[in-house]
Amino acid sequence: MAQAMAVTPVARRLPAGSVLNAVRRSASFVLGVAALVGLWELYRWIWSSAGWTWPFAVDDTTMPHVWVIVHALWQPAQVNQPALGDVLFHKALFTAKEAAAGFALGAAIGFVLGVVLAHSRLLQRGFLPYIVGSQTIPILAIAPMVVVWVNPKLPASLAGWGAVAVIAAYLTFFPVAINTLRGLQSADPRALELMRTYAASRWTVLWKLRVPASLPYVFSALKVAATASVVGAIIGELPSGLQSGLGGAILNFNQYYSIEPQELWATNIVAAILGIVFFLIVIAAERAIVRRPPEVSN
Amino acid sequence: MSESGRPVVQIEGVTKVFAQGNVTALQDIDLELQPGEFVSLIGPSGCGKSTLLRVIGDLVQPTAGTVTVNGKSAGQARADRDYGIVFQDSVLFDWRTVAKNIALPLELLGWDRERRRRRIDEMLALVELTGFADHHPWQLSGGMQQRVSIARALAFEPALLLMDEPFGALDEMTRERLNLELLAIWRQLGSTIVFVTHSISEAVFLSTRVVVMSPRPGRIAGVVDIDLPAERTVETHEDPRFFELVTEVRELLRRRGEHLLPEEEQALTDAARAGAGGAGE
Amino acid sequence: MSGVVVTPGLRAGFGRRAGRQAIEWIPAAVVFCLGIAVWEGAIWAFHIKQFLLPKPSDIVSSLWSDGGTLWPAGWTTFKEALGGFAGGSAAGIVVATAIGRFRALGGVLMPLAIAANAVPIIAFAPIFNAWFDPLAPGSKMAIAGVLCFFPVLVNTLRGLQSVSPRQIELMRSYAAGELTIWRRVRVPTALPYVFTSLKVASVLAMIGAIVGEYFGGSFNALGVLIRSDAQILDFQTAWAGILVASLLGLALYAAVVVAERLTIRWAPASRDP
Repeated sequence: MAQAMAVTPVARRLPAGSVLNAVRRSASFVLGVAALVGLWELYRWIWSSAGWTWPFAVDDTTMPHVWVIVHALWQPAQVNQPALGDVLFHKALFTAKEAAAGFALGAAIGFVLGVVLAHSRLLQRGFLPYIVGSQTIPILAIAPMVVVWVNPKLPASLAGWGAVAVIAAYLTFFPVAINTLRGLQSADPRALELMRTYAASRWTVLWKLRVPASLPYVFSALKVAATASVVGAIIGELPSGLQSGLGGAILNFNQYYSIEPQELWATNIVAAILGIVFFLIVIAAERAIVRRPPEVSN
Repeated sequence: MSESGRPVVQIEGVTKVFAQGNVTALQDIDLELQPGEFVSLIGPSGCGKSTLLRVIGDLVQPTAGTVTVNGKSAGQARADRDYGIVFQDSVLFDWRTVAKNIALPLELLGWDRERRRRRIDEMLALVELTGFADHHPWQLSGGMQQRVSIARALAFEPALLLMDEPFGALDEMTRERLNLELLAIWRQLGSTIVFVTHSISEAVFLSTRVVVMSPRPGRIAGVVDIDLPAERTVETHEDPRFFELVTEVRELLRRRGEHLLPEEEQALTDAARAGAGGAGE
Repeated sequence: MSGVVVTPGLRAGFGRRAGRQAIEWIPAAVVFCLGIAVWEGAIWAFHIKQFLLPKPSDIVSSLWSDGGTLWPAGWTTFKEALGGFAGGSAAGIVVATAIGRFRALGGVLMPLAIAANAVPIIAFAPIFNAWFDPLAPGSKMAIAGVLCFFPVLVNTLRGLQSVSPRQIELMRSYAAGELTIWRRVRVPTALPYVFTSLKVASVLAMIGAIVGEYFGGSFNALGVLIRSDAQILDFQTAWAGILVASLLGLALYAAVVVAERLTIRWAPASRDP
């Protein structure tokens, strides 16, 4: 007796469909990269042939050929060292560790902050300006002080990179806090009324209604936070003197830029890939966790 | 469940004035609802019918007068979860499946999973949505969403069901079908239903009694006993007695139910929204 | 017996509104005073080393004494950030508008823009210094600009894409031209998104300018000053410099907020971004 459905249900993602999706997406990604490489070389060719110096002069130092950069990954950066690609990979892992720890810490703090603020307008008015203001403090400037202050408090296994994780958390907690607050406040007033008919406690309303309703907002912030944590990790490494991460590599290769520009470029590209990977991980998590009507989303 | 003989809902001298805008939404309302009745509240915008419904549900506190539900105060009845409510918007949680949406009040009551499962199956059968348990709300049509909303309201078998224009957002065919289904459910469960509506024919078709309200200030203009046979079908719409009753209700509305001026309607909406916002928080 | 009836005049209305605004800020002011008090007290009670966290009073006195170097340096950095903010945001809006016109282009470029937004562009700061004269403000403006460009681009595009088709249909029924539709529907719808991204960009611009200076810049810049002050262990001045940077960053953010309040008030759709 079940009547015909007026709305066709969204097809559950069958394995075959997702494989096709993945193939299509990888293909467009490869095409995108190829297009970028093409544009790079084209720009380089036009500018160096024409001899234009605006916005900057183009030569082998300012814009090395793409294949020079790629080739450099296979060469050791210094004598008796493994290949640059290998070295950069391990440095990327090190930075990733800091960024991931910072992301987790910052997201947790931001979430708790959002929950606390959502329940009191007074607290909101008291603390929001400072939460916003916290992001105007240049973390690069306070990074060395954070390092000096936090490091002695950490167990040996966390020393060094732990402080950088704290710095990464500093950039991460803000978007999560703000969006958690907004998301918690976004609950449908009718749904709140419904919970009143159930005589539900504030705690119940929070976990059964507000938090699930806030997830799209939280994930939107987590996407920003993913990148911010990588940025924070790199910036944090700069004044810490940590050699094992990408920040250290950037500082290092910056010294030799005029001689071996491709090494710095290679490092930057690895850093870019790291940022994108973090971003994709959050997107994948969002797909898995948040089930929402298909609407115009990012 | 209420005992027979004692009214399920007793409203005496209830007045509601919204402080904001100084709007008298209800004035001196006296009403008694017997167990098993199907009572419709009908009237133009601003007559206070939705406010009255919310007063019964303790979602709005009256400025004066008493409300007794199941022999208790409205607040106690709400705490004891003596009623279920259905809004015009189905208010389903997007992140829950149909089954889990129906389970919501049961979870709050602390039912264990097995007991919930059984009740959900019963409810799905009641509203004829078996097989849609694992769907998400956005995959269903408006009519189906409202059926889920009704299933949820009845999940813990309350004696009283409050419905605020539940079919108002649906097309006429779906509305007619759902009217029949609601009557079937009502007969099966024997609940008492308070039904707010804009539609005269719907009110007459569904109810045992129709309470006509008028605005400025909100009061009861008249009550029409619907003496149509208990078994209402599609043919009932063509019954001459049906037309007489519809006309009687319409006359009451026309005589006593003057429409509000736009400013008054705005003031009422603002006040109600502020009141609901306060209640909702 | 009867009280005097006072008819509230226009001025009283304004005063009441301003008064209500001021009351909104009281909790923040209270937190501020409490925070400063706790800060001073904690340092005094726990004997926190001066070099880690100087007392607020010391920082302020540093600000006073070294103000001559700090404020001009701050102004230099601020100009770099402002230039980058203005240029990068404008470019982001222009490109987003261009992409918005051609729906197909948007579909292809949007994922690329989102990916670029995920890149830690700050890592490219030293390269900008290599491209442009590190002592000239242009190099820092470029970093700040690129940092601002992508978030503004992504969010403006998102705002333009969120236009309700029903509103477009309505405008077409009025035989409104493309330009009119843009002005009356697309722009007002996108504005909240744009302002959200501008707020983010204002903060990023300062970060970009200061990090850019870290990798090399003239001595008259805040990033360089803070770094060298920290190196010679003059943390008091370093913190004073941080305070200056923070205040200037806040000023930029506040300017965006003010602009938002003024602009969005006139736009019909005021959704909370």
